[in-house]
This record gives sequence, C-alpha cells and structure tokens, in this order.
Amino acid sequence: MEVPIRATGILGFTFFSLLFFICTSSPLHNLFISNAERRIDATSHIVKVYLTLKVENAGSTPTSEVLLAFPPTRVDHLATVEALVTKGKRKKTTLVRLDVKPTELPDAPNGAKYFTIYLANPLNSGESTTLEVLYLFTHSLEPFPAEIGQSESQLVHYRDSALILSPYHIKQQTTFIKTPSSKVESFTRVEPTNRAGTEIKYGPYEDRPPYSFSPILIHFENNSPFPVVEELVREVEISHWGNLQVTEQYTLVHGGARHKGVFSRVDFQSRPTLSGASSLRHLLARLPPRVHSVYYRDEIGNISSSHLRTDSRKSELEIEPRYPLFGGWKATFVIGYGLPLQDFLFESSDDRRYLNFTFGCPLLETVVDKLTVKVVLPEGSKDPSAVVPFPVDQHLETKYSYLDVVGRTVVVVEKKNLVPVQNSHFQVYYTFKPIFMLAEPLMLASAFFLFFVACVAYLHIDLSIPMLSVRGVNIRYGCAKIKPISKCVSDMKETKLSDPADPPAMNDSSNRSLGG
Amino acid sequence: MAAVANMPVSDLLKSFKLKTKQQELLIRVSILCLVYILAFITRLFSVLRYESMIHEFDPYFNYRTTLYLTQNGFYDFWNWFDYESWYPLGRIVGGTLYPGLMVTAALIYRILHFLRFAVHIREVCVLTAPFFASNTTLVAYFFGKEIWDTGAGLVAAILIAVCPGYISRSVAGSYDNEGVAIFALLFTFYLFVKAVNTGSLAWSLASAFGYFYMVSAWGGYVFIINLIPLYVLVLLITGRYSMRLYVAYNCMYVLGMLLAMQIRFVGFQHVQSGEHMAAMGVFFLMQVFYFLDWVKHMLSDTKLFQAFLRITVTCAVTVGTIALGLGMLSGYISPWTGRFYSLLDPTYAKDHIPIIASVSEHQPTAWSSFMFDFHILLFLFPAGLYFCFKRLSDATIFIVMYGLTSMYFAGVMVRLILVATPAVCLISAIAVSATVKNLTVLLRSKNKGVQTGSTKGSGSSKASSKALLDQSQPFQKNGAIALLFGAFYLLSKYATHCTWVTSEAYSSPSIVLAARGAHGSRVIFDDYREAYFWLRQNTPPDAKVMSWWDYGYQITAMGNRTVIVDNNTWNNTHIATVGRAMSSYEDEAIEIMRSLDVDYVLVVFGGVTGYSSDDINKFLWMVRIGGGVFPVIKEPDYLVNGEYRVDKGAAPKMLNCLMYKLCYYRFGEMLTEYGKPPGYDRARGVEIGNKDIKLEHLEEAFTTSNWIVRIYKVKPPNNRW
Repeated sequence: MEVPIRATGILGFTFFSLLFFICTSSPLHNLFISNAERRIDATSHIVKVYLTLKVENAGSTPTSEVLLAFPPTRVDHLATVEALVTKGKRKKTTLVRLDVKPTELPDAPNGAKYFTIYLANPLNSGESTTLEVLYLFTHSLEPFPAEIGQSESQLVHYRDSALILSPYHIKQQTTFIKTPSSKVESFTRVEPTNRAGTEIKYGPYEDRPPYSFSPILIHFENNSPFPVVEELVREVEISHWGNLQVTEQYTLVHGGARHKGVFSRVDFQSRPTLSGASSLRHLLARLPPRVHSVYYRDEIGNISSSHLRTDSRKSELEIEPRYPLFGGWKATFVIGYGLPLQDFLFESSDDRRYLNFTFGCPLLETVVDKLTVKVVLPEGSKDPSAVVPFPVDQHLETKYSYLDVVGRTVVVVEKKNLVPVQNSHFQVYYTFKPIFMLAEPLMLASAFFLFFVACVAYLHIDLSIPMLSVRGVNIRYGCAKIKPISKCVSDMKETKLSDPADPPAMNDSSNRSLGG
Repeated sequence: MAAVANMPVSDLLKSFKLKTKQQELLIRVSILCLVYILAFITRLFSVLRYESMIHEFDPYFNYRTTLYLTQNGFYDFWNWFDYESWYPLGRIVGGTLYPGLMVTAALIYRILHFLRFAVHIREVCVLTAPFFASNTTLVAYFFGKEIWDTGAGLVAAILIAVCPGYISRSVAGSYDNEGVAIFALLFTFYLFVKAVNTGSLAWSLASAFGYFYMVSAWGGYVFIINLIPLYVLVLLITGRYSMRLYVAYNCMYVLGMLLAMQIRFVGFQHVQSGEHMAAMGVFFLMQVFYFLDWVKHMLSDTKLFQAFLRITVTCAVTVGTIALGLGMLSGYISPWTGRFYSLLDPTYAKDHIPIIASVSEHQPTAWSSFMFDFHILLFLFPAGLYFCFKRLSDATIFIVMYGLTSMYFAGVMVRLILVATPAVCLISAIAVSATVKNLTVLLRSKNKGVQTGSTKGSGSSKASSKALLDQSQPFQKNGAIALLFGAFYLLSKYATHCTWVTSEAYSSPSIVLAARGAHGSRVIFDDYREAYFWLRQNTPPDAKVMSWWDYGYQITAMGNRTVIVDNNTWNNTHIATVGRAMSSYEDEAIEIMRSLDVDYVLVVFGGVTGYSSDDINKFLWMVRIGGGVFPVIKEPDYLVNGEYRVDKGAAPKMLNCLMYKLCYYRFGEMLTEYGKPPGYDRARGVEIGNKDIKLEHLEEAFTTSNWIVRIYKVKPPNNRW
C-alpha cells in the first residue's frame, strides 16, 4: 500500500508546485509566514488541528486579511474554523477571537478553498502577529480495514499533508500528529520525520513556497467509538407559563469500522477490554442546570438505562443505548427535558422577547451531520426572527399542539456538519402579548361552563312530547314498577281502556280528518 | 322568570334546598361518578409502575393495525394485505380481524385531535381498556337497575369496577378486543333486557346496534347469539311468551344479523355456520308461536286447535330438521369449529387441536383462580341466584341464565372468567343489595315502631305487628347490626383483595420483566425490547425472522420485520413447519429455513435469569404441533422415560435439536450462579447436558444483555469454489 500512495503524493506535490509557478499575482505575497506550528490531535474521531502562525507583512501596504487554504476534498469535512490572536504583553495576555469567513478566490489553484481571518488591527508593513487557529475535521479517519470482527481493534487511515497548505511562503514549519495509542501500523515519511510514543513529528521544514503539498498517510489504532448523529431534530417549545420543553430526536450511528460476523455476548461480557473495544456503550449529554422531568425513550418505549446527575452549574445525563453499538449499528432515540423559562427567555430593549439557547448537540464528542432546531413560539406571537452566529438555513412552520386554534409559529434553523465545540448560543426574537396566555384557560373554562349549562338545561327542560293522558300512564307505570312487568303492562292496557276521555277524543279527530 | 326575580331572598334559598328525591339523585350521581373514576384509576398501576406501554402479545398487533388505520385511513385498512406476517403467504388483515377495537381507538384519537388534544395514538390505545371499563360500570348500574333496583345497580357498578376477573383484561396497556367487548356484551344484554321489558322497537333496535358493535369487536359475540335464543326458548317453555319478547327478539335478530354481515370476518356466518343456527331456529320458532297464537285467537274450538297444533308443530320440526340436514350435507352450513367444540367439551382440544391446548389461557380453570378473580363474589353468587329465583321476572331469568352459562364456560377456559364476571357481579350485587336493604329496613322500621309506640302510645297496626315480630326474635336488632358489619367487612376485604390482585398480578406488561435484586432494589429486564429494537435498526428491512408464533406479533410491531408465523394461528401447517424446523437437527432445519427464506432465527431463553416461560419450556408444544402435521417428528424421541429434561440424561435428539442448540449455544462457558458449575440453567435448575455446541449454518447475531432473547443469522450457502 505504501508505494502507490507515495507515488500519488509526489505527483500531487509536483502539481501544486507547478500551480505555484503559474499563478504569480495578487497582493497575497505581501505576507509571509515566518514560523508555523501545527498540532493535529487524532485521538478521537473528531480531528482537531491547532495551528500557530506567525504572520509578517513584507509588503508596503497595511493589510488586515490573512488567508487559510484547504484542499477541496477536506473542506467538506471541515466543521469549524476559529482564529484567536494574543493581546497584551507577557503575563497579561488575553486571547481575542477574530472573525473568520469562507472566501472564494477566482484563481484558486486546483480548486483550493479559502477562509479569511479578519485581523482586529491592520498589520502594517514590517510588523508581525501571532495567530492561533483551531479547526476541526469530521469523518476524516477512515477505518481500514473497513470491517472488523468483535475481538479486533479498530485501525484507521488519516490523510493529510506534511506541509501546511498555504497561499503564503512559509519559512519554517513543523507538524505534530498525536495518535491515541503508540500502536501505529505505518506512516508516510517525509524527512525529517520521527516518531516518539504517541506522537509523530514532521519537520521542521524550511522555506517552502506557497501551495506546497506533500500527502501523508498514517495508519494507526483508534479504539474510541465514533458516535455520529446522522440527524438531530431539536424542538424547543416555549410556554409562557414558565416552562421550556426541549425534545431531541437522535439518529445515532457508530461511524467506525463496520461490525462483521458474530456478536457474542459471552465474550462481550467476560472480556470487556478485548472484545468490542471500539463499541459504543454509553454517551454523556451535558444539559443546562435546573433541568427537570428528563426522559429517554424511543419508538417502542422507555429505555431504562440512564442516569442523571445534577449540580448547580450543569446537569449530566449518562445514557446507554438499548444495546452496545458496534460499527455501522444504528439506534434512534428521543431525549426530552423541561427547563425553567426564566433562565432562557429575556426581554430585549425594544420590548421584544428573545430566547437565548444553545445551538448544538448536548452529547459530548459527537459529530452531527444534520441538525434541525425548531423553536416553537407560543400561540399568538408575532415577527419571529432568529439570530445565529454562523450561516444556516431558516424557514417558518406552523405546529398544532394542545388546544391550539391558529397554530404556533415554529422557527426552523438547519445546519450541516456540526461538532460540540460549536455549542454556541443563538437567539430567537419575537413579540408576544401576555393576554394570549389566558386564551387556553378561558377556552377550557367556557367549555366546562357550557357543559354544565347544558346539563342543567337538560335536567330542567322536559323534552318529551307533551300528551297529558300518556303522562298519566307514565306516572302509573313508574309507580307500578315493583310489580311483575306483565302485570304492569296489563295495567297500562286497563288504564287506557278505562280512561273515558281519551278514546272518544281520538275517534273525534280521526272522524274529522276523514270528513275533511 | 319575573316571579323568581320578585321572590324574597329567603324563598329563593328555600327553593335551592334539595328535596329528598333530589338528594337521592345527587348521591347516586356522585357515587356513579366516583365509581367511574375508580374503575379508571385502579387500572393505571402498570402505567405508574412501568410506563405507558402496550402489554403482552395480541395487543401489539392491535396497536400496529390501529397505527396503520390512523395513518392510512379506513379504506386502506380495510383492504390491507400484510406481507410482513405469515411469510410467504401474507395475511389479509382487513378480512381476518374484528375491527371494532381499532376503529374505536382511531375514532377517539380523531375526536381528541379535533378538540386539539395532541395525544399520541399509543396513549389512546393504552387507555382505551380502562376507559371502556369505566363505561361498563355505568352499563352495570343501568342493568342492575333494570333487573332489580337502583341499589343493586349501584352495588353492581362498584363490584364490577374493581373485580379482578375483569381487571385482568382491562388494565391500561392491555389493548385487546376483550377490553371493549365486555362493555359491548353487557351493553347488548342490557339493551335486550330493556327491550324485552318494554317491548319497545327503539330499545331492540338499540340492542341490534349493540350487537353489531360486539360483533365488530370480538369473536365472543357467538356467546350472545346463542345465549339470547336460549333465553327466548326458556321463556317460551316457561310460558312467558309475550308480544314484547316477540318484538324484541325478532327486531334484534334480524337487524343484528344484517348488521353483523357487514363485518367481513363474520360475513355470512349467521346463515351458514352451525354455531349461529340456534338463533335462526328460535327465530322461526317464534314465528310458529305467533302463528299459533293467531290461529288460537281465530279458532274458538279447542279440540280443533289441539289437532292443528300437533300438525303444525310436527311439520315445523320436520321442515326444520330436513333443512338443517340438507344444509349440513350440502356443506352450505358449516359444522361447528374446533374452538366451539372445545368449549362444550373441555377435553376435545387436548386430543384434537394441540395449538389451542398449548395456550395457557385456554386451560381449564383451577378453583384457586376462581377464588383469585371473584373472591367473595363466589359466595354471593348463589345467594344472588336465590334472590333472583325468589323474584322471578323476565329480567331475572335472563341474568340467571347468563350467570349459569357463563360460569360453565369460565370453568372450561381460564380466559372466559372474563365473560362470567359481569353476570357474577350483577347477581352478587342483587344479593348484597337485597340483604343490606332487608337489614336496614328491619333496623329503621323497628326504631320507628318504638318511637311511634312511645310518643303516640297507641300506634298503627303496622307498628304493632313489627313490635310483635320484635318480641318473637329478641336479638333481631343486634343481629341485623352484626350482619351489616359482617357484610361491610366482607366488602372491604373484597376491595383490598381486588386492589392487591390488580397491583401484584395483573399490572405487569410482560414485555418488561421486573425482579427483586440482591439488595431489595428493583431490577428491570428489558431484553425483549432490546432485541426487537436491534432487529428494527440493524437488520435489512426485508429480513425474515423465524421464531415460535408467540413472538410474531411483537416482532412485527416492535421489530418491524417480516415473520413466518404469528399469534393469529390461522395456518396450522405453517406453524407446524416452524415447529418441525425447531425440533430437527441443524442440517435438516437449514433446508426448511432456506425454503422459507429465513434470515434470522429468534429464540427466547431464560436460563441465565431464571425466566421460566421461555422456548425450552414451550418446546414440547412445538414438537407436538410439528408432529401433528409431520409424523417424522415424534414426541417420545425428546423424552426419557416420559420425562422432559435438558441435562446430561436428556434424549440425544433433544440435545442436538435446533432449539436446544440455539438456546444453549456457548452457554456452557457461562457462570450463572455462584457455587454452581458453568452452564447451570437457572430456569430449570440443572446443569445442561450439551456444553460443546457447534453451529454450522447459523451464527450468533445478537444476544440481549440478560440472554433472554437470542438472535441467530442464517449464513448464506458456502461457495463451492
């Protein structure tokens, strides 16, 4: 396997170098990076990359934009990019977050994608600054072999470049890759390369031109489970009676090497470390404090294996799926909980209300492929608008819940490829008149009132067709009930016959009608 | 209105003061309301203790069909061909079920949603049975009122609200036909008795509709269509024929029959099946009776009439017999079914239909379960019968017949205790009400007598006669008080017993098993759902699962996978094929499984947890049912000296049959109990006989955490190269 990969690597390298020679334009070359250090953490299935860049302005004009470049294949797996700059001297340093936005450049070599970091203060010529960049990749560890048995451990491929892809000239760079264990099957060597314990060091490399690329492939053991939430629907329902009800529907899958062959419970129970080492046994969800009425269930009922620990700052819900998840196995479930409204709902200065709530998935160390957040506003609220710190898809829906007449407005926000780091807050603004709160109680009260009125009316109104003679019989019949029924009926006949007033009257009427 | 406005305040207050009659009404209504609520909440133990879930086996099918009905509408439901069960045959669901329950639940669901109660259909299904149990108490009240008096009605309502015999089939989550059917049954009977009592067309029409609802809900309607003719016959014989009876029965029978034909599962059975012929015969008999009555009215000569009577009766009987004989011979009228036979003759099923005999609820009832389900009602029942006979009327004759016949059926089959429960409650209520009434009348009238005697001196003749009675029985008052206390003691014992039985015995969902742990804490075994959910999520959507038929409904409802056989045991051969596969050697079984396209095999095994109703304990029935169709399977092969065992001394065929292998695969390595050898089966208390089990054509696909459910995958055939 090694040989062809290396061959493609060399090809790629030459290709990118060619590209570099072709494109000789733009003010990009005012900047160069004097020192770059990259630390790649591949211990879990979310690959974290910490990049420290020392950027210098060699040009004559001040610039405030620094570009980051990514290969197009990796950009799809890029979950988040954050940039920080250190401020202050020595001990009083503080980190300041910078704006990062995806950018399109017209002459991007080989379809490279860019992110622009906007510096807080323009970098004057001759000045330098140090940027701390963090980015996360999901689905970047590819299980190899793709199918493993229960007792085998999970091996993965990680592909990257030994050199940092950058539109700038980099004077010196080093890359460290951290693996979860010291068990590394193989790794591409790009001298100088050395490996110590759980760390592989590439570099230092001197004076590399822009768009230098040198593919590497590392094959190592990663026995951590790969929990991937294929779809998560979070529904946040606001009730102005003081409760915030959150319902989260998960479709969870183990994204690691697929399980092959038998699942033996004996082995799984008696040798938990050796057997099913990469299986997903439990998950931890971090919920807001003061959470109440938590439930954990699926389509066929409650799942009894969960624990909730609460303290004043956070609540932790430890959940176990019904069965341990092996690679490729799926589970769907629902978590629901209530929260006190005053912790999340505020009034803004312009007399509107807004909900301030976390955006992402509360499960730790989980990748969310598709997230849909639905905020169900109370009935009668108007002008909803959502403020989310990153680009998302938005639309409105209507939902009917208990005792709704016109339905509730639902603000739907959708985002793809999400990691727990992005659990930032978002806001939903709306206007709501408190009088609407009383609509439902009033409706219920009036319904009950009408019911009782109907009962009273029914008891007091005689709906039977008034026929005096028959009523007399009825009363008799009622009194005579203790007698055997047959006798009673004969009584009835007797009364009818003996009643002198009735038969002639009937005869009269019939005669009259005949005559008419 | 003007007069009311002009009245002074004191008069207004006075007008608000209740009269005795109004007070009585108020008390009655509030008692009924309380009973209504009590009947509902006493059935909620399982929801509080476990969760809002569907119980047992059949309710899962009902739930699944209800779900289909609410999602796809009535016509799709009616025409539903379910290819997920009875693979490869499939099942025409619309034509092979009683839709009453599903339609009722779907209707409640629709109404609630129309009123904007956004409940899930599962909650509706779970609470349908308690809701109908509450309604049954109301019907019991009116029925009691009709046959005896208001007091008996109230007592009947209270008794039936908590009677374990009824609760066993109507706890929350027990979403089965019986839940609504008992309501329908009692309601039909009530309406019919009302119709007989009044002779009103309206009531008999109502009872026809009640019958229609019953037919749509449960196969037990056969009981109605046989009991009512029997009752009519008894009335005719005892000379209680009247115009009221004629109107009530004819209207009810004709309309009820026509309505019942609208249910596809029942179809033309009312005119074609032997079980319904009694009703038709009585119908014609009624006409003959009416005709004779008319002739008698016309003919003044009694001698002539006698002759005419003889000729007519002979003719009618001959014609009837010939018609019946011809119908039977030509096959137009089908003979009685096995189920019907097994009701009349309790030993029939054991010899002829093992599939009916294998169901635990079809076993003859033990005395203890009568005691368990009826408690004091068992003693009050004869007392009530005594009172009924003492005050014989059309209505009491009905309840007596209902009570006696249903008690017989309850003795034949455990599950039919359910049918007897309303009758037993009503008759016992008559006993309680009549006794208590007599005693209180005694107490009160005597007090009055003493009072009148002391104040007026002379007193009326009635008071003096009471006083005389008093003197003749010196401790009458004390005796009455003691008896009253005794009655209340018994009734309160009944209430505590019912609550205890409900909470301990009848509120377990049987999907989730609970046991006491070592430290007294509750341990939950949720293995069934674990396995079903695994099937649902991790097998191909078209996978076929083979298991014993008990789990068929649950696999399709919870696992959402196709099954070979399920609890609708309509095809005995198919079930026998599965039984044969389970009791054959692996290489023989694999041929059967391949021919049925089986992908997964599911077995239930209790050896680790000590769960005794597992497949090993049911295995002999599989052998019997399999052997009933395929003589290759012989029961003695699996027994040693007529003894069924799984340890070293077991029969070699037993130790190597598929079921044994699947249950005990790799169990020999497992330590289940401290101080016992590995492979110690806790359900049977023995060390297993075959610890070295190798599977050739199957592989373990999944085993739940407590080993209760084990699923095996059928391997694809080996490549020849």
